[in-house]
Amino acid sequence: MLSEDKRQQEPLVEVKHLKKYFEVKESGGVKRKKKVIKAVNDVSLTIYQGETLGLVGESGCGKSTLGRNILRLQEPTDGEVIFHDQDILTYNKKQLRQIRNKMQIIYQDPFGSLNPRFTIGQSISEMFKIHGLYTPKEREERTKELLELVGLDPNRYHSYPHEFSGGQRQRVGIARALALNPEFIVADEPVSALDVSVQSQIINLLMKLKKDFGLTLLFIAHGLNVVRHISDRVGVMYLGKLVEISETDNIFDSPAHPYTAALLSTVPDPNPEKRRERIVLEGEVPSPASPPSGCSFRTRCPLATERCKQVVPELQEVRSGHFVSCHYPLAKGQTLLDAIKEKQTSKV
Amino acid sequence: MAKILEVKNLVTGYRGKDGFIKAVDGVSFDIEKGETVCIVGESGSGKSVTSMSIMRLVEYENGQILDGEIIFNGEDLTTKNAEQMRKIRGSKVSMIFQEPLTALNPVFTVGKQISESILFHQKMTKQEALIKAEELLSLVGLSEPKTRLKQYPHELSGGMRQRVMIAMALATNPELLIADEPTTALDVTIEAQILELLRKLREQNDMSIMLITHDIGVAVEMSHRIIIMYAGKVMEISETSDIIRKPYHPYTKALLESVPTMDGERGTELKSIKGSIPSLNQLPKGCRFAPRCPLATEQCHSQEPPLVAKDNRQVACWHVDKFINQADTEQGREGDYVE
Repeated sequence: MLSEDKRQQEPLVEVKHLKKYFEVKESGGVKRKKKVIKAVNDVSLTIYQGETLGLVGESGCGKSTLGRNILRLQEPTDGEVIFHDQDILTYNKKQLRQIRNKMQIIYQDPFGSLNPRFTIGQSISEMFKIHGLYTPKEREERTKELLELVGLDPNRYHSYPHEFSGGQRQRVGIARALALNPEFIVADEPVSALDVSVQSQIINLLMKLKKDFGLTLLFIAHGLNVVRHISDRVGVMYLGKLVEISETDNIFDSPAHPYTAALLSTVPDPNPEKRRERIVLEGEVPSPASPPSGCSFRTRCPLATERCKQVVPELQEVRSGHFVSCHYPLAKGQTLLDAIKEKQTSKV
Repeated sequence: MAKILEVKNLVTGYRGKDGFIKAVDGVSFDIEKGETVCIVGESGSGKSVTSMSIMRLVEYENGQILDGEIIFNGEDLTTKNAEQMRKIRGSKVSMIFQEPLTALNPVFTVGKQISESILFHQKMTKQEALIKAEELLSLVGLSEPKTRLKQYPHELSGGMRQRVMIAMALATNPELLIADEPTTALDVTIEAQILELLRKLREQNDMSIMLITHDIGVAVEMSHRIIIMYAGKVMEISETSDIIRKPYHPYTKALLESVPTMDGERGTELKSIKGSIPSLNQLPKGCRFAPRCPLATEQCHSQEPPLVAKDNRQVACWHVDKFINQADTEQGREGDYVE
């Protein structure tokens, strides 16, 4: 499926300079200062028709916020989201509702995202009700078809969420997202809460549905192995910024950003022979309320120099289709360890 | 090598509506001095309950050890009273938990909490205990340990809290450290830091570690031996390198195969285990994995397989010989676990 590189290069969603800022009040008595947290800080990316774009990063990097803002489940502070050649950020409520059926979301927590007082049948058929589709009878039929599609017994139409296991609830969430025949789905950590043996079932289901319905997916996750398996392209985020984006193989075989390289080296692989040389990053992700000057990764970067402190690196194409925002991107085939050694010798 | 811990036929139950629900049912294993043993299992496998039983903490959560022995350094912990247990807990055996925020007391400073546990087990002045606490904090790699002593848990990040927990656990040079999913709540780059720290400390202090995890990758990286649990039972115990090369239990194999690897072919259908984990009050009759097992026969559905020695491991499966042969001949062939 992925090897067919004849993917249509039609952009479906274009995100341009998207920003989402949150204002928080600082504690501190009378002179309360307002602080701005840049959860998504000027992110631009394109999602092509029929592809799966994986988005990875540590907690607090803004990947989920980005997903929600693209769908306007949160109002972005600034930027554009072009869907079918129209900027949906300029849409009013009525217009927005009309295109909602084309863009859906699957949430991480299959426990919190279903109304416990609705049967799963009600939860799914509500989608049709909201959009005024079908007669009640047709709705039930269609819902049962959907249940079957995601591998659940249609006879459980009248069951409540608590009667289902985590994996089954996630299937309900997927059925709900598919109900209106969407073109674009944001999957926000859809398998993170699931056990390993159930996780692979859901990944298989998502891959199958994507193929059968020609869906376009934005797949947000922190599990690198999962993202690698399912994605055509992968974007890496750090502290509200997109730091690298390219084809999956480029990212995993020859990462250009030191952060990506370090992140990949930390994945514990069950196969000890294939383990990579591990680079343990020092320190922690800085608070997004007071990000470092210049490159946001410089405080933890083994390659950082004075220039990284002063100049914010722009996202630029270093190799064909491989974008990275770093002053010292790794060359193709160069490992981070090589680069660290090189830096040390050049210093001496 | 000397055994530091021997768990024999442990049965732990929680009080339910109609009697006890057994979360751990006849679990036996041992840990040697200086060894890291990982218990791997999915939710509901009983891995955490096993560790809570060893610490005798289940009693505080409506649970009870119903049968079995827990021999630690030659003494049976199941026969100790609360007072004796309190002396052992935190001195000879320490534990760190998954959620370092809830495990720390929010209203006391870090320094107060660490020195309290030192003072409970050792005779020294408060001042000396604080100095010791500071040493411990720098040992676990926290910057500015002096400042940290005066901070409250909410002022620290997840990774820092977990380091504080480890510092506290190490305060009395324990011989056994039980770590219950210590990195699950942390980001990958922080996880790498904590695992590195645990490895370093084990070597320096010559202690044994019992690591509980659901991530088989973490287990492989950290442990000498792996114990695979499923629905309250041990399925397989083996040296780490053996189990990865060639699992002897169908569940182990399925578990290993359902994780996407970092170098496998992308986009292919992943092998998965059909169905889901049974709930503890509706356990299948025979082998607990039988309803999901591709090799299950009549015998598996009616009789529970015992954990028996096979080569240099222990396996609980009626068809272990058949399974090994099949794995030998079928190497590379697919189609076993497809849903």
